[in-house]
Amino acid sequence: MEPDTKEQVSVAGKRFAEFFSMIAGLTLFSIEFLKNVFIPPYEFGEIKKHMDELGVKTLPIVSVTGFIIGLVLAMQSQPVMARFGAESFLPGMVALSVVRELGPVITALIFAGRVSSGIGAELGSMRVTEQIDAMEVSAIHPFKFLVVTRVLACTIILPMLTIYVIFIAILGGFVAIFLSQHLNFELYTNAVIHSLEFSDIIPGIAKTFFFGFIVGIVGTYKGYNTENGTVGVGRASTSSVVISSLLILIVDMILVKITVFFWG
Amino acid sequence: MAEVEINNLSKAFEDQVVLDEISLKINEGENVVVFGKSGSGKSVLLKCIVRLMEPDAGEILIEGENVLTLPMKKLNEVRKQIGFLFQSAALYDSMSVRENLEFPLIRNFNFTEKEREGKVKSVLEKVSLEDSIDKMPAELSGGMKKRIGLARTIITEPKLILYDEPTTGLDPITSKEISQLIIELQKDLNTTSIVVTHDLICARIIATHAVVLKDGKIRYEGNLENLTSKNDPFLQDFFSSEIIQAKNGSN
Repeated sequence: MEPDTKEQVSVAGKRFAEFFSMIAGLTLFSIEFLKNVFIPPYEFGEIKKHMDELGVKTLPIVSVTGFIIGLVLAMQSQPVMARFGAESFLPGMVALSVVRELGPVITALIFAGRVSSGIGAELGSMRVTEQIDAMEVSAIHPFKFLVVTRVLACTIILPMLTIYVIFIAILGGFVAIFLSQHLNFELYTNAVIHSLEFSDIIPGIAKTFFFGFIVGIVGTYKGYNTENGTVGVGRASTSSVVISSLLILIVDMILVKITVFFWG
Repeated sequence: MAEVEINNLSKAFEDQVVLDEISLKINEGENVVVFGKSGSGKSVLLKCIVRLMEPDAGEILIEGENVLTLPMKKLNEVRKQIGFLFQSAALYDSMSVRENLEFPLIRNFNFTEKEREGKVKSVLEKVSLEDSIDKMPAELSGGMKKRIGLARTIITEPKLILYDEPTTGLDPITSKEISQLIIELQKDLNTTSIVVTHDLICARIIATHAVVLKDGKIRYEGNLENLTSKNDPFLQDFFSSEIIQAKNGSN
C-alpha cells in the first residue's frame, strides 16, 4: 500500500474504533442512569427547573417551525392531490403526516440542536472548571444531580412539545387550505379528526419519549466526560448535536418498522 | 480534628510516574504545606486523598479508615468531614452565592431553613462578604471567588481541609489576606489542613510543617524555616524565586 493510503486506512480505523467506544460508553452511561433513576433522593425541583429551561425556551422556535411545516406541506401537496381529484383528503393527509412522522421527528431534531448542545456545553464547562469534582467531594452524587435530572426533564418535555407542534402544524395546514379552497375551520377539524386513529397518535407520541431520552443522555454523556479544557467543551457541544440527531433518525427508522409490523 | 496517614502511595499516568511510594503522616491540628514544581504531583496527592483520583497502590488512612477501600456510601460519610478548596474555587456558575453555600447543607444535613440562613450569614461574615449573598459567581472578582469558595468549604465545619493552591492568581495583598483568613479559620474550627502552594508568603503564615515533592518522592520534610535556609542546591534554587516574590509581596 502507498504510505498515504496506509495513513488513511489507519485514520479510518481509529475513527471506527472511537465510534464503537463512544457507543459502548453511551450504553454504560444509560445503564448508570437506569440504576440511579429510581434511587432517592428525587430532585423534583431540579427536574422542574430543567423542564422550564429546556422546554419552555424551545417553544418559540418549534412554534414557527411547526406552523411552517403544516403550511408548506399543505401547499406542496395540494397540486398533487388535485391532479388525482383527491383534494378533499388534504386535511387528513396533512394530519397523518404531521402526527405519524413529521411532528415527532422535526421537533426532536430541533430539540436536539437547541438542547443537547446546551447540555453538552454546560456540563462540559462544569467538568473543566472542577465544579463536578467539587460536588463529588461534598459527598453529593453529581450523576444524580446533573445527569438524571436533565435526562428525565428531556424525556418528559419532548412529548409535550411534540403534541404542541402537531397542533400548530395542523393549524398551519388549515391556513394554507383556507387560502386556496376557503374551507371553513369546522369542516377542516372534522376531516382531521376523522382521518386520525389511535394507532396513528399513540406510536407517534410514544417514540418522542425515546427521542427525548436520546437528546438528554447524549448531551449529558458528552458534557460529563469532557476532557481537554475549553476545546473539549466545544467538541462536546458540537458532537452532542451530531450524535443525538443521528441516533434520533436511526431509532425512528427502527420504531417505524416496529409500528408498521404491529399496527400496519 | 483528623489524623491523616499516607503509606506507599503511587500514581502514574501511562508511563509517567507522578507519585512514587510516598508516605506522610499528618497529625491532628497540623497545617502541612506541600511544595513542588509544577507537575510534581501535589494536586494529584490531594485528589487521591478524597478519591477524586484512584491511586495505583498504597493506602490513605483518615482517622484510621483506609479511604481507598471504602464503599461509596462510607466514603461519602468520610467526605462530609473533609473540605476541599479548589484552585479555581469551583463555585457553581448557575447558583447564587447563597445557593452555593446552602447546597451541601441542604443535601447532607438536616438543618432547618432558619439554621441554614444563620450558617450562611455567619460564614459570609467570616470572609467579610456579607453583601455578596445574592450575587452570582460571574459578578465576583478572583479574590472574592476564593473567599466564597473558602466559605463554602468551611460551612459544613469539616475536620480536615485540603487547599489546592489557595492564593494562585491573586495579587500579593489579597493572597496574604486569604492566607490569614485560612489560619484564623483553622484556629476557630480546630481543623487539620493540607495546603498545596507555590506561595511562600502563604506558606509562612499557614505552615506548621512542610514537605517538598520531587520526582514523585517526598525529598524534604520538616520545619519551613529549616527548608528555606537549607544548604541544598535544589531547595535553594526552588525557594530563591519564591523568596524574591515573598519579599516583593511583603514590600
